Amino acid sequence: MSGQVTANDRGVLRRTARGGMWGRIPVAYLLLAPALAFLALFFAWPAVQALILSVRSGDGAFTGAFFQRMVQDTYFWPAVKFTLLLTVFIVPAQIFLALMMSLLLTADLKGTSVFLYFWAIPLAISDLAAGIVWLAVFTDRGYLNSLLVGLGLSETGFPFLSYQHPVSLFFAVVVAETWRATSLVLVILVAGVQVIPKDYGEAAEVFGATFWQRLRHVTLPLLRPSLQVALILRTILAFQVFAVVIALAGRNLPVLAEETYNWANALSNRNVAAAYAVLILVFSLANTGIYLRALRVRDETVGR
Amino acid sequence: MATTTTAKSAASLPAPVPPLAPRRHPSVRRRLSRGGLYALAIAITVFMFLPIYLIVIAAFSPKAAVFAFPKSVIPRQFSTETLSFFLNSTGVIGSIQNSIIVGIATLLLSLVIGIPAGVALARFAFKGRDAFQIIILSTRSVPVVILSIPLAVTFIQWGLYDSLTAVVLAHTALALPTTILVTSSVFVSVPRDLEEAALTLGCSPLGAFRRIALPLSLPGLTAAAIFTFVLSWNEVFAATILTVRHRTLPAQVLSSLNDSPLYYRFVGGFVLVFPSLIFIFFMRRYLLNLWGRVVR
Repeated sequence: MSGQVTANDRGVLRRTARGGMWGRIPVAYLLLAPALAFLALFFAWPAVQALILSVRSGDGAFTGAFFQRMVQDTYFWPAVKFTLLLTVFIVPAQIFLALMMSLLLTADLKGTSVFLYFWAIPLAISDLAAGIVWLAVFTDRGYLNSLLVGLGLSETGFPFLSYQHPVSLFFAVVVAETWRATSLVLVILVAGVQVIPKDYGEAAEVFGATFWQRLRHVTLPLLRPSLQVALILRTILAFQVFAVVIALAGRNLPVLAEETYNWANALSNRNVAAAYAVLILVFSLANTGIYLRALRVRDETVGR
Repeated sequence: MATTTTAKSAASLPAPVPPLAPRRHPSVRRRLSRGGLYALAIAITVFMFLPIYLIVIAAFSPKAAVFAFPKSVIPRQFSTETLSFFLNSTGVIGSIQNSIIVGIATLLLSLVIGIPAGVALARFAFKGRDAFQIIILSTRSVPVVILSIPLAVTFIQWGLYDSLTAVVLAHTALALPTTILVTSSVFVSVPRDLEEAALTLGCSPLGAFRRIALPLSLPGLTAAAIFTFVLSWNEVFAATILTVRHRTLPAQVLSSLNDSPLYYRFVGGFVLVFPSLIFIFFMRRYLLNLWGRVVR
């Protein structure tokens, strides 16, 4: 046999080496089985069980009592209100900031990799740590008040995190959460920008399109799949905002995940906690559905 | 344009048209706007990094400095007083150990279960492949909060409640979908030809995988492992719901948040942040692949 293996030889070899009499199918299923079993047991089943927990009492009868108790709780409506308000402020802020950052990263600035490193740091920082980091800034004797006093803008500083100032408390959480999670949106968008062929923008430039025209008619439409993913992910995560709020505001700013936690731990009522969790799930699914409809990706823009 | 040009006729063709030169804009305006871009990029960098710098200062100042006002952004006094106070507080060292154990166990378990599934997605065409991918992606629209409460009930029945095993299982469930997607994208990027060459030279499929695909994909898999560890190190909700005494570090800090002095919280924040800085440094090459491309 000569040194060269013909196409036909290779085909034969591949078939015998990979396929055998079993074909490819059983191997793939065997490889998938552990993952599927694990996800069924520890992901799918708990999700179903949460639904059951929220509507079934100890003796097995179905009841709406837990949802009733949830809705009648003093903290329920404030928690719904603040969770939705936080989402409305945080998600657009993150998308806007991340879009600006990803455009800067593709603007051929010197030191782009250094910028990317610093901008990505919050990726690996937990919500709890982010809350504490911003606590050092916003607390009464914190760095922001030190700055205000140092600049002579204030005598003794402003109690940003006091329950008497819900607006500044609210925006402290918005800033901390925007700081923490913008990086996640950024990497999704940068990955999306990288897939866009450079020629499109250059072609538009050759024909005299301004920066804003290129952004509006070339970059943003091509970035739509990434924007969609970022929006869906971030909104779902915003519905679960938790440790940032606890670190900065405690219960002065009740949110849904915090109520879930309180009912499960401090009040030891897992049924009402499950009702809260189901509510968050409903919000998340509704949000995903709305985004998928509103931002439907046409086939030609997927392009991968 | 003619695509059938041969070497012979190319010689007789006129010299090729030079490529279009990039359009040059008036340079002053251009330079001003570039300067603006740098200013913006630097401003964002300050916003992103300044809080971390401040928490580091807060963690390495003496206790009294926490109450000093107004504070200076330039550290006056270096001290490990608050750091050692934090580390000597009840349960902190134990919770750090727990976090490390849980993180390593989670990454091992999710790799052991995730790699085969990733290989299946990357290398095999099979019925239901798309359905499986949709299942994996759809786990992202299920909030983490919803899993913890029922898992607590289940683990009480199984006698696993308040154990590190419980936290490992919950964290693996959270990490597994990402691990599968990352490993499959890693194995897609390993050239198949090399594996096929090994097969033609007499390697068994498993041997070819072990000797060719695995070493080549090692950097990507390491990145996936670090990603999983970070996820576990940072996860606070499930860890707090599933344990009472066997706390991980975030759960320990969270549960003592309301009745601990400010300097304790600041050092706790620093200890939580510190590994993240190192992780990001080593992971910077993989940032986009891991968090960006794969999350879609």
